[in-house]
Amino acid sequence: MPNKIAVIGDKDSVLAFKAVGVEVFDAATASEAQSLLKKLTAERYAVVFIAESLAEQIPEALAKAKLQAYPAVVPIPTGKEPSGFGMQGIKSDVERAIGVDVIFNKEDKQ
Amino acid sequence: MAIMNVNPTRMEMKRLQGRLKTATRGHKLLKDKTDEMVRRFIVLAEENKRLREQTEKELCAALTAFADARATSDARIIDEAILMPSRKVELNCTKRKVMGIDVPEMEVDDHGGELYPYGFLTVTPKLDDSLRGLNDVLLKLVQLAQTEKTCNMLAVEIEKNKRRVNALENIMIPQLTETIKYIKMKLDESERAATVRLMKVKDIIN
Repeated sequence: MPNKIAVIGDKDSVLAFKAVGVEVFDAATASEAQSLLKKLTAERYAVVFIAESLAEQIPEALAKAKLQAYPAVVPIPTGKEPSGFGMQGIKSDVERAIGVDVIFNKEDKQ
Repeated sequence: MAIMNVNPTRMEMKRLQGRLKTATRGHKLLKDKTDEMVRRFIVLAEENKRLREQTEKELCAALTAFADARATSDARIIDEAILMPSRKVELNCTKRKVMGIDVPEMEVDDHGGELYPYGFLTVTPKLDDSLRGLNDVLLKLVQLAQTEKTCNMLAVEIEKNKRRVNALENIMIPQLTETIKYIKMKLDESERAATVRLMKVKDIIN
């Protein structure tokens, strides 16, 4: 069973994760991130956190990762403010499963 | 709806009736399954959203604190301080069945080790704070990963299931019903023909 955690992101923003015991992989460009993701998928990684800015640029790779049980690829914000890409993922899941977005729409009405 | 290409015989009809029965039962079961999955999915998606909002906020705070620490003192000292972390975090992963699909269940397996793998002389205390914050967020991040993955898989499964239900409802069941009707008509027709023929023969004999 896979048991490792990895973070993919640009060097400065993911450096902090190194101190808390997570494996950190630098990727400056989207293509680097993509090949890293591919490599990590083949290894024993259970969770791969990926910087939102990079995740945005490789939607196909993320969609592919969704179909497998492991690893769970999770976009995380690395800047000062979350860009909303992660939320977008939840939204598209809801739309996919139910047809309309019941969760985010509900809030708009309130 | 097109009629299936079958011989209009009683045996074929029996076979098709059996299939129709199975299809109807399967349709009902799958529909119930979809309903239940959607119900669970909504709960999970709401939880996912709440968790993500919270985690994103805390993570941003922790990372900003780290960037601050790095900016206010020499970046090289900070880099050096955390170059060789003494902590190692792994996960205990198991699988859990939710509505027949294997979803991951993760638990953080902390191997211990000092969170601050550096001397306190040169390093700013801001780094301590940011690392403590990040360490707390990590647990939530793993939880988020688990929820999000479960949501993903459930969404894919719901989509697949809906397609199955639709195929049964709109193609398979109407097709079977019509074919059975067609065979029945054919059989009735030949039965009538046989009766008429017998009557005619009887007339001729008398």
